[in-house]
Amino acid sequence: MIISWLANPERFSKVFAPVRPYLAAATAILFVWGLYLCFASPEDYQQGDTVRIMYIHVPAAWMGLFTYLVMGVSSFFGLIFRHALADAAAKAAAPIGAVFTALALITGSLWGKPMWGTWWEWDGRMTSVLVLFLFYIGYMALHASIEDETRAAKSTAILALIGLVNLPIIKFSVDWWNTLHQGASVFRADGPTVAPAMLWPLLIMALAYHLLFVWLWLVRIDCEILSRKYNGLRARISFREGGA
Amino acid sequence: MIPAALALLKRDLSLAFARGGGPVLAAGFYITLMAMVPLSLGPDAQTLSRIAPGLTWLCLALASLLSLERLFERDYEDGVFDLLRTGPLALEAVALLKCLAQWLGTGLILSLMTPVVMIILGAPVDAAGLSLIAALIGSLSFALIGGVGASLTLGSRKGGVLIALLVLPFYVPPVIFGAGLMDAYVTGAPIAQALGLLGAYGLFALALSPIAMGAALRSALN
Repeated sequence: MIISWLANPERFSKVFAPVRPYLAAATAILFVWGLYLCFASPEDYQQGDTVRIMYIHVPAAWMGLFTYLVMGVSSFFGLIFRHALADAAAKAAAPIGAVFTALALITGSLWGKPMWGTWWEWDGRMTSVLVLFLFYIGYMALHASIEDETRAAKSTAILALIGLVNLPIIKFSVDWWNTLHQGASVFRADGPTVAPAMLWPLLIMALAYHLLFVWLWLVRIDCEILSRKYNGLRARISFREGGA
Repeated sequence: MIPAALALLKRDLSLAFARGGGPVLAAGFYITLMAMVPLSLGPDAQTLSRIAPGLTWLCLALASLLSLERLFERDYEDGVFDLLRTGPLALEAVALLKCLAQWLGTGLILSLMTPVVMIILGAPVDAAGLSLIAALIGSLSFALIGGVGASLTLGSRKGGVLIALLVLPFYVPPVIFGAGLMDAYVTGAPIAQALGLLGAYGLFALALSPIAMGAALRSALN
């Protein structure tokens, strides 16, 4: 219901434009608070100060996956229900996800050097995140290479859905192949194994990352709507000039 | 319907062979790639025999990328697809048959060469049968996933490299399972798990890729 009501681009812009400044402010406040907590939190007894990389690294990795999920769901709506806005939403999410994934890879590498003694290890998690990053790149390249907007949206939506089915398999196969990275320590059936003093800053940072994503996403969807409007107008003007 | 399918398969196969390029080109590429390995890594027999199973899988994956660009492109450009669309076969079936013809023309031949190449690089001779079966399943999955990539990039401006970028991440599981299977065999570990997973991925590709190709072709033709 709400989704189909919001599918009108005009209405979408009108509803979300006033929300965006508050969202940006909330993101900024959460980041300041989260970063303060990162530095106020205790050192790890084993890792010392380098553990603080975790507060940047872990949420970025979560966001890389989360953004992909958002992209897959948007693509699904775009493909099945033919919402033009859903196509725009999927397209708008891709570069954000790519940046989060790249951030996870880079911070992971910087963390790996002091902890594991290596910048890069061909271990399961790292490889599957790298594949995810390549996937984002492929998605964007495919979108850019097809001129017709509707066709580009459709092809990339199919790709995103195939990816949605395939990425868990890739991840599982890569994990099965080799693993050095530690297992999950926050989302576990028997509760998190991270100490509360470190869990809090992590959760606040995760919330800040999510808000940042939503904010950027809304801005990018709006840009997409505007650029379509602009292209439509330009086509109409050139058509009129050509006809006269 | 079945005569139509057979006719299409026959047409695509004879086109693949008549063009001269397809199978011979792929086989030549495969052998050249393999010949580069000892040249670049050194001819040390111990190293080569250790990495032989993995290398053959890598080269199989790369060689199967070769003719993907032309899989649908030609028929798309000269309007054969519009004609096929009016025929008795669904676009999904057309795409699947084209992938099958592509596989018979290249993947099958590369698979037959795989045990030979592996033995030349120093893998044990008794692994030949298993490596052939694994390569057959693997190359079929490569052909099907590759078909999806080819159908998605129809009408885009930079076909070849883009297909490789789209498709290679999805080649990861069969490469891991295939190379893992050979490794397990050589080291004497149980092979059932890797073989089962490889087969599962192949069936999975067989079930889902026609749907994706059909949707992509339909969007390209409209």
